[in-house]
Amino acid sequence: MSEHVVSKKTYFLIFGALMVLTTLTVFIANFDLGPLNVIVALSIAVLKATLVVLYFMHVRYSSKLTWVFVGAGFFWLAILIAFTFSDFATRSWVVIAK
Amino acid sequence: MCSSGLSTQDSALSKHGRESHSTSDWACAPLRQHGATARSRHAGDVGVFDHRNHVLRGLFLSYILYRTKFPDSFAAASSHLDWKLGAFNTAVLIFSSLTMALAVYYSQVGDRRKLLGFLVLTIILGLTFLVVKAIEYHEKYVTHHVPGPFFGFKWDEPAGDPRQAEMFYYIYFAMTGVHALHMVIGIGIMLVLVLMAKRGRFTPEYHSPVEISGLYWHFVDIVWIFLFPLLYLLGAHIHSH
Amino acid sequence: MESVGTVVPPRTHYVNATYGLRSWLLTIDHKRIALLYLGSVTFFFFLGGLFAVLIRIELLTPKGDIFQAETYNRLFTMHGVVMVFFFLIPAIPAVLGNFLVPLMIGAKDLAFPKLNLLSWYIYNLGALFTVVAIVAGGVDTGWTFYTPYSSTYSNGNVVLTGLGVFITGFSSILTGLNFIVTIHTMRAPGLTWFRLPLFIWSHYATSLIMILGTPVIAITVLLLALERIAHVGIFDPALGGDPVLFQHLFWFYSHPAVYIMVLPAMGVISELVANMTRKNVFGYKFVAFASMAIAVFGFLVWGHHMFVSTQSVYAGLVFSFLSYAVAIPSAVKVFNWTATLYKSSISYNTPILYAFGFIGFFIIGGMTGLFLAALGVDVHVHDTYFVVAHFHYIMVGGTIMGFLGGLHYWWPKITGRMYPEGWARFAALVIFVGFNLTFFPQFLAGYMGMPRRYYAYPDEFQVLNVMSTSGASILGVGYLIPMVYLLWSMRYGPVAPANPWGAFGLEWRTSSPPPTENFLETPVVTWEAYDFNPDEERELIDITRH
Repeated sequence: MSEHVVSKKTYFLIFGALMVLTTLTVFIANFDLGPLNVIVALSIAVLKATLVVLYFMHVRYSSKLTWVFVGAGFFWLAILIAFTFSDFATRSWVVIAK
Repeated sequence: MCSSGLSTQDSALSKHGRESHSTSDWACAPLRQHGATARSRHAGDVGVFDHRNHVLRGLFLSYILYRTKFPDSFAAASSHLDWKLGAFNTAVLIFSSLTMALAVYYSQVGDRRKLLGFLVLTIILGLTFLVVKAIEYHEKYVTHHVPGPFFGFKWDEPAGDPRQAEMFYYIYFAMTGVHALHMVIGIGIMLVLVLMAKRGRFTPEYHSPVEISGLYWHFVDIVWIFLFPLLYLLGAHIHSH
Repeated sequence: MESVGTVVPPRTHYVNATYGLRSWLLTIDHKRIALLYLGSVTFFFFLGGLFAVLIRIELLTPKGDIFQAETYNRLFTMHGVVMVFFFLIPAIPAVLGNFLVPLMIGAKDLAFPKLNLLSWYIYNLGALFTVVAIVAGGVDTGWTFYTPYSSTYSNGNVVLTGLGVFITGFSSILTGLNFIVTIHTMRAPGLTWFRLPLFIWSHYATSLIMILGTPVIAITVLLLALERIAHVGIFDPALGGDPVLFQHLFWFYSHPAVYIMVLPAMGVISELVANMTRKNVFGYKFVAFASMAIAVFGFLVWGHHMFVSTQSVYAGLVFSFLSYAVAIPSAVKVFNWTATLYKSSISYNTPILYAFGFIGFFIIGGMTGLFLAALGVDVHVHDTYFVVAHFHYIMVGGTIMGFLGGLHYWWPKITGRMYPEGWARFAALVIFVGFNLTFFPQFLAGYMGMPRRYYAYPDEFQVLNVMSTSGASILGVGYLIPMVYLLWSMRYGPVAPANPWGAFGLEWRTSSPPPTENFLETPVVTWEAYDFNPDEERELIDITRH
C-alpha cells in the first residue's frame, strides 16, 4: 500500500465540480418534475459522493480491501431497501375478500 | 525479504519513540505487531467506510418508505425548511472537505504551518455549519415544528396531514441530529490533531491520524450530500421564490 | 552455563508472565482477553440458564401455578435477551476466536490489541445495563422487542435493555473489524488464503456479518427507545407509522445474527472433524466458500420471520425461495464433514463426540428450518413450540455443542492441562441425552398446536412438557459437570504437551500454554491446509524449554 499523494490541482478541480453540482441540484429542485425530481436529485448526490470517495478519500488509489468494503456497504444498503420495498410495494396486489 | 530491515517509514517512526519492525512485504506482517502505520491506515479505511454505510441505513430506509407513502405531506413539511440555509451549509461542508483534503496534503508533504492552518480552517467551517444548524433548529422550535408532545408540535398548514408532517420532522431531526453529532465528534478530533501537529508529531512518514480523520470528515460530508436534497429540496418547488 | 543442581525455573507463558488483577484487567494479550470473555459469557450462560430453569418448572403443569403471566413473560424475555446477545453471539468468536485467530495464522496478536480489550469493556458495560434492567424488574416484550407493544404498551424496562443491546453491539463490531484486518494483514509468510484453517474462514465470514449487520440493530433499538420516551416515531400506527417496518429492521440484523452464532461453531466442527480423523476436510474449498455463501445469503432471508405479519405474500415468496437457497451451503458443509468421516480412523475423544452431536442436531434443526421456510407450513406452525424447538436445535444444539467441543479440544492449549477424559465423555453423553429429551418433545407439542410464550396450556400437552422439563434437568446437570472438572483440571489435570492430539495447525506448533508473543520466531508456512503427511518441517517452532 504505497502512499499516493494527490496533487492540489485535483482537489481544486473536484471542489469546483462539487460546487457546480450543488448549484445544479438546487436549480433543478425549483421545478416540479414529478418523480423525476427525486431521480435527478439522487443521481447528482451519488455523483457527488462518488467524487468525494474516489478523490478526497483516495479510494481510487487504495487497496482491494477498501474497495471490498465500499462495495459491500452499498450492496447491503441496496439489499435492505430493495427487499423491504418488495414487501411494501406489493402489499396492495392481493385484495382480501371482506 | 522479511529481515530486510526498517523502511524509511519506520525509522521515522522509531524516532518518535515507537517500536516498529515493519517492512513493506505483507507476508512479514506478523513482525509489525507494534508498528502500525500501514496497518492502522488500512484498518482506518475499513472502519470509516464501514461506519459511513451503516449507521444511517435504518433511517434512510424509513425515510424512503414513508416518503413514498406520504409524498404530499412530506413535500409540504419539507417546504418549511429553509433551502437557502441548507444550500449554504452544503457549500460550507464541501469547502471544509477541500480544506481537510489540503490539510492531509500538507501533512504528506510535511508543511506543518500550512497543515495547522488548514486544520484550523476546517474547524472554523465545521463550527459555521453547526451555528447555521442551530439557527435552523431554533426556528423550528419557535414555530412548533419539533415533533413530539413535549415540544407541542403544531401543523396549521392547509397542505399535508399533521401526523405525517410530524413524521417528516422526526426523520429530519433524527438524521440531521445524528449527522450533527458526528460533526461535533469530528471537530473534537480536529482539535486533537491541531494539538498533535503543534507538537510536531506528524511527518511525511507518519501522519496516518490526519489521514484517517480526513476520511472520517469526508464521510460526514457525504452523508450531508445525501441529506440536503432528500430533506431540503423535496418541497423546494412549492415555494419557489 | 547451567550448573548442576539448580532448579530449572518454570517456563514463562502468557498465564504466568505477569501477576495481579491489574495485569489481567489491563492486558492487551488476545489470549488473556479471551479468558476474560470466557468468564463473562460463562456467567451469562448460567444466568440465562437460570431463567430457562424457571420457565421449565412453570411449564411442568398445565396451569400457571408458580408465576403470574406477567412474570412468565419477563422470564422468557430475559432468557432470550441474555442468551442471544450476551452468550450465543460472543461465545465462540470472542472466546475461542480471540484466542485462536492470531495463533492459527502465526501472528503475535490481533491487529488492534487495545481495541480488543476495549470491546470486552464495552461488552460488560452493555451487560451492566441489561443486568440493571433485570434487577429493576426485567422486560416482557420477548427478545424481539416487537412494536407497538414495546414502544407503547409494555411496562417493562425496554429502554434500559435496549441500551444494553445497543452498547454490546459495538463490542461485536470491534471484534469483527479486528478479525478482518488481522486475517487480511497479519498472516504468516506463506499462509495463503487457501491454506487457512477453516476455523479462520468461518470467523472471517462471521466478522463480515458482525460489522455489516450490527449497526442496523443499533439504530433500530435507538429509534425504538426514542419512540418510547418521546412519543414520536415511525413505528407506531397511531402516528401513521408501520410496525412491520420495525420487524424488517430488526430481522435484517437478527436473522444474520443466527449465522453469527452458528458459523463459528461450524468452523470449530471443521477443525474437530479434520484433526480427529487426521484427514484433510473433504472439499476444503467448498467448505470455505460455503461459509462466505452463508454470510451473504443470510442477509437475504430475513422476511421469513414475517410470513404472518401482514408482509406482502409476494415478498414472502421471494424470502421463502431464498431461505431454501441457504440450505445449499449448509448442506455442503454437512455432506463434506460426513465425507471426511467416511472410512477414516476416528479418535473417539470428547471433542469429536461434540462434533457428532453438532452434526446431528444441525441436520434436525436445519431440516425443520425448511418446514418453516415454506410459506404454507409456516402459517400453521408459526409461533408454536415447533419454532422454539427448531431454533434451539440450531442455537443450543449447534452453537453450544460447537463451543463445548472447541473448549475441550483447545483446553490443553489454553490452560496447559488435560481435562479428565472419562468425565468429559460422560458429560458429553449427558448433554446429548438431556438436549434431545428437552427439545424433541417440543417439536411434537408445537406441531400439535401448542403456542409459544404462554405460561399455561391445555392438559393434553402435559406429557410432552414433563418430558421436556425432565430433559432440561438432565441438560442442566450436563452443563455443570464440565464446569466442575474443567476448573479442577486447571490445577490438578495432567500437564499437556504442546500437541496432545497429533493435530494440524499452527496453534499446535507452539507450547501449551503459548508464550505471550505466541511464537518465539515467526512461523513460515510451506504446507497446504490439513496436510497430515509427516514432514520434518513440522517441528515445534517454540522450543518448550529455554
